[in-house]
Amino acid sequence: MFDNFPLWPDRASTAAGNVDALFIFLLIVSGLMTLLIFVAVVYFSARYRNRQGVPAEQIEGSTPLELTWSIIPLFVFMVIFAWGAVVYFKSRTPPRDSTEVYVVAKQWMWKLEHAEGQREINELHVPVGRDVKLIMTSQDVIHSFFVPAFRMKQDVLPGRYTVAWFRAIKPGTYHLFCTQYCGTQHSGMIGSIIVMEPAQYEAWMSGGSTGPLSATGEKIFGELGCSTCHRSDSQGRGPNLQGVFGKPVQLEDGRIVTADENYIRECILDPGARRVKGFQPIMPTFQGLVSDEQVNALVAYVKSLAKPGEGGVKPAAAVPVNSAANHSSANQAAAEGSQVNP
Amino acid sequence: MATAPVPPAAQPERENYLNKHYGVGSWLFTTDHKRIALLYLLSITFFFFIGGFFALLIRLELLTPGGDLVQADTYNKLFTQHGQVMVFFFLIPSIPAVLGNFLVPMMVGAKDLAFPRINLLSWYLYIIGGIMMLHCMLTGGVDTGWTFYVPFSTAFSNTKVIEAGLAIFVAGFSSILTGLNFIVTIHRMRAPGMTWSRLPLFIWAHYATSIIQVLGTPVIAITLVLVVAERALHLGIFDPKLGGDPLLFQHLFWFYSHPAVYIMILPSMGVVTEIIACFSRKRIFGYSFVAFSSIAIAVFGFLVWAHHMFVAGISVYAALVFSLLSYAVAVPSAVKVFNWTATLYKGSIHYDAPMLYAFGFLGLFTIGGLTGLFLACLGVDMHVHDTYFVIAHFHYIMVGGALMGYLGGMHFWWPKISGRLYPEGWARLAALIVFIGFNLTFFPQFILGYLGMPRRYYQYPPEFQVLNVLSTAGATVLGIGYLLPMIYFLWSMRYGKPAPDNPWNAAGLEWKTQSPPTTFNFEEEPVVTWEAYNYEELDAPHKEEVPVAR
Repeated sequence: MFDNFPLWPDRASTAAGNVDALFIFLLIVSGLMTLLIFVAVVYFSARYRNRQGVPAEQIEGSTPLELTWSIIPLFVFMVIFAWGAVVYFKSRTPPRDSTEVYVVAKQWMWKLEHAEGQREINELHVPVGRDVKLIMTSQDVIHSFFVPAFRMKQDVLPGRYTVAWFRAIKPGTYHLFCTQYCGTQHSGMIGSIIVMEPAQYEAWMSGGSTGPLSATGEKIFGELGCSTCHRSDSQGRGPNLQGVFGKPVQLEDGRIVTADENYIRECILDPGARRVKGFQPIMPTFQGLVSDEQVNALVAYVKSLAKPGEGGVKPAAAVPVNSAANHSSANQAAAEGSQVNP
Repeated sequence: MATAPVPPAAQPERENYLNKHYGVGSWLFTTDHKRIALLYLLSITFFFFIGGFFALLIRLELLTPGGDLVQADTYNKLFTQHGQVMVFFFLIPSIPAVLGNFLVPMMVGAKDLAFPRINLLSWYLYIIGGIMMLHCMLTGGVDTGWTFYVPFSTAFSNTKVIEAGLAIFVAGFSSILTGLNFIVTIHRMRAPGMTWSRLPLFIWAHYATSIIQVLGTPVIAITLVLVVAERALHLGIFDPKLGGDPLLFQHLFWFYSHPAVYIMILPSMGVVTEIIACFSRKRIFGYSFVAFSSIAIAVFGFLVWAHHMFVAGISVYAALVFSLLSYAVAVPSAVKVFNWTATLYKGSIHYDAPMLYAFGFLGLFTIGGLTGLFLACLGVDMHVHDTYFVIAHFHYIMVGGALMGYLGGMHFWWPKISGRLYPEGWARLAALIVFIGFNLTFFPQFILGYLGMPRRYYQYPPEFQVLNVLSTAGATVLGIGYLLPMIYFLWSMRYGKPAPDNPWNAAGLEWKTQSPPTTFNFEEEPVVTWEAYNYEELDAPHKEEVPVAR
């Protein structure tokens, strides 16, 4: 519309239409309510303005009226609530086979790493029509990942993962804003989401990467010696991680948790917190020894072990068909070097 | 109203609370609730203009997309301290500590509040907190946002977080003591015949407010202490690196800070109720519904805090519950608006300045309240949370609502407070300017928010500029609108016509004593035999004024 004076944000994700529809419904409802009240106030004030010899008529009140204007709004509110809840649930539940992107926020930049291994800073390239799940954490303070054109926002916290997803529907470049105040350059912590046609995206993807994230994770898994205890048979001193991800796990204290990204992360950084039943508390913490990016890679690796028939040894198989076969490890080393350890 | 007869000014000024004693000491050591109200009036006006000055700088910076007027760090301090000053040192004490302090004892027919010395103590605590805050600002300031979110505030900010936190901690006690005083006064010191159902709705609103002040404020106090403890002593409470939970902070913070919005708006609702009844010459439609809706708001207000956290990382089920409860709290607010509107019906409506402010309140509060429905709606909040939509919404409530009510009340009771009449023409003009300026400032921010402009942004993409320019223009108009009343109120203290005891011919015990009142408010203890808002009797053609006491 007007370049300098837009009145409606771009609508570039599947969620955008849902949110807009709900927003428009709210605009209509609240517009009607405002109109009702304004008209009544203006009409009464004009009609019953002070005139000599016409005293006010004293009215006690009316319980039926009070009930009417309590129950009708309540009913309307419940409709808004329910509709809002449906839209929210949809936006909070990533589809099962989403492409995954790990996001690490820090003052004042966004670091993004595709499961396929591509790393980006303050930019995220995604194809049209594919579900993209963001697994996000922060190295320092709370940030928030907001893409107005996608009507999507999720705070990014230190010390845990939060998750968001979207499916872009319109190629273009869209703002990525940090919306949780994070210090001096908060307003500079912005970036772009570049939505591409699938063919273009494939071309971009083949541009060079360090190998799938899960492969990086496997390498770290070996380097840190995780594999000496977490063996792929039942003889290890730690749980066998094959097929664990996404499954319920029985804990030492009897509780059952689902082995999701946050649980795997916690097991690496605070192994004693929720220990698997039947194992000794011998695992040391890796807090401070691994960066957030390395934790992400490890999580991606553990996830890849759960994918049927992939077994983790051939991590390349975890990557969707396209890709990105050979990768320079120099690139990776450079990226690792730029990290700040917690 | 112009219709009220103005008696000839009593020539030698009658003894009243203002002229009984002179000298600085007679003010600093007073225990008279009316004098303490004036002390508060002076102090909060001072802080209002500081907060307003910060707002002006913020709006000037946002005139252009780039950062050109101040540094990023300065900007961050400006919006932080604008928020802290306006919320903790202006809005929260505004109506309760000034108008409430002045009027609660008179309205219930008492000589003073239950604990006059505690009342003075509350002012001193406010001043100590205020001085600490000024000191914090003058020696570097704080940049955490008024919300103090962790771990930024405890581990990353290089500014004076501890000082600011302690300043608010101390000022919080002044709020608790005011609330405590009101609760006891309303329970114990009502005049004979002043039953609960005869209380003015202003009192009901202040009663509800006091409950929140007493129950909510300790939570923010503790939360700030924990922030200070983590920052100073590295105790792991909120920072995940120390084993804490940052969401715990947000729960604690909003457990107070959401109800705090009702500390600001409920008294304003009380003021508006009095004004609408008086200038419609009618009893309030549905007295008991208006009264109990105040209590309902105070109670439900404590159960909705996590609607500030829908995208913060709480569980979807928690979000669901808090969204539902947020709609529950919207009902009593809606009930109030409908009752005020219905009160106008078949009234005899006068358009004096207080009523214009009340109309302004109705309009702005309606828009503010309805946009609250958008934010309580999970699906929409995902998009508009932490954008200018939120900024616009809460300014419609806290400035459009609370401040309009405060100004309306100041005009309405100014003759009682000062013993002088303010210039009506100027006052009507100011009400109009404030209304127009307010909408011009904040309405564009709703659009900015939906377009996606995040809050607390020092620089912004150029496509947002036109709306920001509109908003800044509006802020200028609004600023003039706020300066005007201060100027003519001051002018009227010297040059205004002496006010009669009851210039509006209004109901309420405060109008049955002289203007300005004597130190102990009433010559004799009043005995109440009538209901609140007995405008029918007051306007009955040949009826003598209802005696103060018999």
